[in-house]
Amino acid sequence: MSQLLQQLVNGLSLGSIYALIALGYTMVYGIIRLINFAHGDIYMVGAFVGYFALRGGLPLPFAFFLAMIIPALFGLVIEFFAYRPLRNAPRIAALITAIGVSLFLENLGILVLSPDPRPFPQVLPDKSIISYGDVNVSLTQFLMIVITLALMVLLTLFVHYTKTGKAMRAVSQDREAAQLMGININRIISVTFVIGSALAGAAGVLVGLYIPRIEPLMGVMYGLKAFVAAVIGGIGIIPGAMLGGVLMGLAETLVTGFLASTWRDAIAFGLLILILLIKPSGIFGTSSRTKV
Amino acid sequence: MLTVENLHVYYGAIHAIQGISFSVRQGEIVTLIGANGAGKSTILKTISGLLRPRGGKIILEGEEISTLAPHQIVARGISQVPEGRRVFPELSVMENLELGAYQRKGKEHMDELKRVFTLFPRLKERRNQRAGTLSGGEQQMLAIGRGLMAKPRLLLLDEPSMGLAPLLVKEIFSIIREINAAGTTILLVEQNANMALSIAQTGYVLETGEIALSGPAGELTRNEEVRKAYLGL
Ligand SMILES: Nc1ncnc2c1ncn2[C@@H]1O[C@H](COP(=O)(O)OP(=O)(O)OP(=O)(O)O)[C@@H](O)[C@H]1O
Ligand SMILES: [Mg+2]
Repeated sequence: MSQLLQQLVNGLSLGSIYALIALGYTMVYGIIRLINFAHGDIYMVGAFVGYFALRGGLPLPFAFFLAMIIPALFGLVIEFFAYRPLRNAPRIAALITAIGVSLFLENLGILVLSPDPRPFPQVLPDKSIISYGDVNVSLTQFLMIVITLALMVLLTLFVHYTKTGKAMRAVSQDREAAQLMGININRIISVTFVIGSALAGAAGVLVGLYIPRIEPLMGVMYGLKAFVAAVIGGIGIIPGAMLGGVLMGLAETLVTGFLASTWRDAIAFGLLILILLIKPSGIFGTSSRTKV
Repeated sequence: MLTVENLHVYYGAIHAIQGISFSVRQGEIVTLIGANGAGKSTILKTISGLLRPRGGKIILEGEEISTLAPHQIVARGISQVPEGRRVFPELSVMENLELGAYQRKGKEHMDELKRVFTLFPRLKERRNQRAGTLSGGEQQMLAIGRGLMAKPRLLLLDEPSMGLAPLLVKEIFSIIREINAAGTTILLVEQNANMALSIAQTGYVLETGEIALSGPAGELTRNEEVRKAYLGL
């Protein structure tokens, strides 16, 4: 029993990471119907910004802040130079470009940062802040879950109650009608990339604190799994990405904990196949909601 | 107020609008009538900046606007109520209306909101309902209301009568007249030529991308060709 509880805690922590990354995939898809393959690499950028900031002696909150801002700038610039010129091109062109941007960031990372994994500075004391029998919640896990929750609440409030948030929802439902409302869609698309990338950057630092090893290719597997999480929840739907990410984390830790750790990566794709068989539009997806 | 000169619009190789010219004077209701596929929606989309013309000019009070982005055109006082309503189905009635006033600052749009709720009391009752769950007629009211929220000087209406019961069509048209009487210039696109000519001052008859006839609405109503082709008389 306590082992199960412990695995749930671990799963929730890992799941917050997937959820934070999945949000960026789903938001961008919702707005421009693009699977932004470079998104996992933005998360890697966040981890490295956090790494250098902490190594440089900055306090954690400030490092965390930078690790959201700089990836956000990456997202902004990538959208502007790589995707915007293809706004009216066939979708496959943007998709191929996204793969290109991803490969570019990965190889740039290898070139500039070297391919070797680096230990992430462990600035948090290694102690558990909640202990219940054999079940421990470490300070890192606690922060991961709480920060993720806080970011999700902020995002939800933003999307529902601010003018820009409402415009984002309008653009995702009917781009042309949104333009007729006087919404500058380029601006809304930029905001979407900025927010999604900032969330991925936050995930990068949290993972650094948790797993303590980072490397330029770390975004590949995490990105892929977070993308699967977004599909599971229903791509384009924000609460779907949150739920999908958490489910992914839970499934992965439960399987590694109780079956075998070699199954770790298979579980993500097993879940993907399962959802595609049962409900291809994802948990929160409605089949009628074919996005134009 | 608005002058369209020798407009040419293409969809790829399809020459949808073939050199059209017309004008809308301040305070008027002008209607463009024509059959399916004549190019009516294409013209409105081009005025709103959703499509770029390949030739010709669109001039709003002396300014060439055909190179501007849609949001800049809204900023200059042109709103469009698109064909098929195109309300945001997952957003509430209220949110749809607020988006209509997207470019207005702070609480500036409160007067329009009151006005829209006076014109369409039904929308007020349903302000917290998802727009996708409204009936067709209510969605049309919402689409018009949303268009008014920007406080446009020129309102473009694309087939507001489409798919509505005759009684509702009458109601919508009398509201269009009311909106015009309150000072908004209107460019109305319709297949329902009868109704459109009955409230417009000037009409243009569009046939496959070209203007076949034009004149004061009363004259068009009496014109033999128009009566046969569009009024079913
Ligand atoms: N996206 C598009 N791609 C290619 N051709 C198009 C497109 N939209 C419209 N057309 C063509 O352009 C012509 C004019 O279309 P438009 O929609 O402007 O007609 P309309 O007068 O509004 O018709 P309706 O009364 O049915 O709404 C038609 O021949 C149509 O097939
Ligand atoms: Mg049309």
